[in-house]
Amino acid sequence: MAISLKLNGETHSVDAEPGTPLLWVIRDELKLTGTKFGCGVASCGACTVHMDGEPVRSCQTFIEDVEGAEITTIEKMEEDKVGAAVQQAWRELDVVQCGYCQSGQIMSAVGLLRENATPSAEEVDEYMYGNACRCATYQRIRAGVLRASEILEA
Amino acid sequence: MTTNLSRRGFLKSAAAVTAVLYVGATPDGAAAASSSEAMLNPFVKIDSNGQIIAIIKHFEKGQGPATGLSTLIAEELGVTMDQIGYEFAPSNPEVYNNLFFGPFQGTGGSTAMANSWMQYRTAGANAREMLIKAAAKAWEVDASGLDIQGGLIIGNGKSSPLGDFVAAAAQIAPSETPRLREASEWKIIGNESTRRLDSPIKVNGQAKFGMDVHLPNQMVVMIKRTPQRGGLVAGFDDSAAKDVKGYIMAMPLPTNHGVAVYADNTWAAMQARNAIDVEWDMSAAETRSSVEIRDEVMAALEAAPVYNVNQADRTGIAGAVDSAASLVEKTFYFPLLAHAPMEPMNCTIEQTAEGDIVLHDGAQMPTGPHMAYQQIFQLPPEKIHIKTMLAGGSFGRRATPDADYQVEAALAFVDTDRTRPVKLVWDREDDIRGGYYRPATGHKVRVGLDTDGNITAWEHQVAGQSIMKGTAFEAFSVKDGVDHSTVEGLADSPYAIPNMAVGLTDTEKATSVLWWRSVGHTHTAYVMEVMMDMAAKAAGRDPVAFRLAYLTGSKDADRKAAVLKLAAEKGNWGAPAAGNVQGIAVHKSFGSFVAEVVEVSGTPVDGIQIEKVTAAVDCGIAVNPDVIRAQTEGAIGYGIGHAMRDQITLDGGAVEQSNFPDYEPLRISDIKAIETHIMPSAEAPTGIGEPGTPPSAPALANAIAQLDVQVAELPMSENGVSFA
Ligand code: FES
Ligand code: FES
Repeated sequence: MAISLKLNGETHSVDAEPGTPLLWVIRDELKLTGTKFGCGVASCGACTVHMDGEPVRSCQTFIEDVEGAEITTIEKMEEDKVGAAVQQAWRELDVVQCGYCQSGQIMSAVGLLRENATPSAEEVDEYMYGNACRCATYQRIRAGVLRASEILEA
Repeated sequence: MTTNLSRRGFLKSAAAVTAVLYVGATPDGAAAASSSEAMLNPFVKIDSNGQIIAIIKHFEKGQGPATGLSTLIAEELGVTMDQIGYEFAPSNPEVYNNLFFGPFQGTGGSTAMANSWMQYRTAGANAREMLIKAAAKAWEVDASGLDIQGGLIIGNGKSSPLGDFVAAAAQIAPSETPRLREASEWKIIGNESTRRLDSPIKVNGQAKFGMDVHLPNQMVVMIKRTPQRGGLVAGFDDSAAKDVKGYIMAMPLPTNHGVAVYADNTWAAMQARNAIDVEWDMSAAETRSSVEIRDEVMAALEAAPVYNVNQADRTGIAGAVDSAASLVEKTFYFPLLAHAPMEPMNCTIEQTAEGDIVLHDGAQMPTGPHMAYQQIFQLPPEKIHIKTMLAGGSFGRRATPDADYQVEAALAFVDTDRTRPVKLVWDREDDIRGGYYRPATGHKVRVGLDTDGNITAWEHQVAGQSIMKGTAFEAFSVKDGVDHSTVEGLADSPYAIPNMAVGLTDTEKATSVLWWRSVGHTHTAYVMEVMMDMAAKAAGRDPVAFRLAYLTGSKDADRKAAVLKLAAEKGNWGAPAAGNVQGIAVHKSFGSFVAEVVEVSGTPVDGIQIEKVTAAVDCGIAVNPDVIRAQTEGAIGYGIGHAMRDQITLDGGAVEQSNFPDYEPLRISDIKAIETHIMPSAEAPTGIGEPGTPPSAPALANAIAQLDVQVAELPMSENGVSFA
């Protein structure tokens, strides 16, 4: 079935069966590979994208449910004020190790800062709980969110 | 090759490249050339526009070699980190071998920096000397008055970009012994402000991992696997799969270990695989449960060991323990563990118009698949190429002696018409259930103390599954029957323990086993450090002071003592925050020394919260201090996360866990803070990818022991400890 998908400000006509996870449309159809596959069951957050500005797990978001919604991926974050601040903080603190989880971490961090511009360390931990990092870069993720908050407040 | 072109140094160079200087090494010594045909495999190349590329012979799984080896080149050459980019080396074990592994290209054992340290500095120094000689000749001045700094050749009142002399430098012979810069000249080595070269592409979605390969017209292949290892395909029915849009075909792997399912894309492959019914021949399949595996290990600990690891007088030492004034004893068990790197295994294979085979892979040990592919495709080595992609973690998983997933991809490709590339994709369930686990291992230790609380004898028995026996790497590690990787960190520990006897018995391999971040040290450090604490307690002594008494008489002991003292000092040893308790552990592994203080709040009943981990690290010269800190943080998280709550269990041979919900990763709130202190050192650099892991779990166990729960069997969550 043909579905019109609004992604990163462009409308794509996508041919996908109902039940197809948004993740695979983004990665395999549209070849935007910044969004990652880690678990497929909403347990790791590697696949996090924004749907109308809110983080969602694209591995458990189905194509028929995103019709009409604005989907944004990591590839668009440089143009987003909060996204750019988070990326800057991530570079300043060298948060990444292997990097595979980091698109998802950043998409979640942006979601948090949009909702709460000055989170406490505890609030960061609570919000970012579902984003796993097997390299265990967590303390830099925490520091990175707090640093991004500082950049945005400045 | 992945070239990082986003750095600012490259943006200004739009002019056509007219010459390139390649500097590297051949098996016969230093080499340089002016064309890529003459010198296919350099360590650094510099073109006439001034673009400088370090060629990285180790794969990047986050541990930092892209930045680290580039640092060595940049330092010697005299350029800034903004002026250098990197590419991953092709597969060529003659040039890019790990100097510690023989003629084998690969990453492992925390050796990337240690084995490359002189090699990459020498290449950078040669490039500098050749460029300087070329400039000196053109300027008609003495070369000794020139240097390269900030990417400019300077001296005698002149200054010129490197690129201007690339063509002339390529005509100059490199030296076997170029002058290496003195430590006092270093600007980048040891510099706290150096950032990772791969950070920018890893925060904007541009980084390309193996999983991100999309070759034109590629097929995605997933394998329908046996529920129990060792089962074979007896037949299959794919009629239901035919309804899946994008499904192409299915065939059993030539080995019959599974059915390869081919589809146009990943989602179709996943669905088609679900729809296929396979009939399995389970006659040779694994049927044991983890309870039986544990029973076998525990029984072996009660019998006389098969191997006397350190040729000790076992009878005498047993007698000394028996007759000691007091005895401290404990039996430990460590379960199977999966590595579960964030990026599930995958790789992509294609055949070129010339009939060459190209593998796109986050290749940890390129020589493994390179050799295996010669057999599978019946091709000479030069017809096989490996493009190393970024890897989304490994922790040992990508380095299998049998090149397991690369071979699987080749087997799924070899019998097709080879017009369509094959991308093999594992999902998380394949990863958690697919074997290659940290071996199930037990230890039984009896320590005798005299009336003053000094150790008089230490009897130590290990039973577990050998990683190396029966593999291509057996010769590396197995001597006189003893697989050193099962017992490393015990008899060879820097502790001067009197009358120590280490015995070993191999147990049956229930499922395939593999090195797991820090290999044998994951369990040996746990046992040594928990026993040290128990002995200190029995002696009524402080755990730090007690350990220091056994850290004398060797340089290693001094270095180990120094990190122990530093961690104790920085971690406020003996003065935890109100309501908290602390534990400490120290261990040498991969040539490096790490001590950690873990401070926790809460109780094992209501839930333990890890408040802070303070680490002290001596890994020789700290090339990239911030990478060392990051690796230490990650290694601590990896060690502690699994010790807290992970294990792989088998029921009737089938793995019970399947994905992150039941193989729960460490989460952000599990450790509130980690602080790493680096010991200044003039020693050559040693490893840092792994050494932070071994002391982490025992330091946590020693903290929890203060609350009267002594965890001797992991994971802690299944053995009397709940976490907040
Ligand atoms: S891949 Fe979607 S949450 Fe893990
Ligand atoms: S950086 Fe490797 S999984 Fe997060």
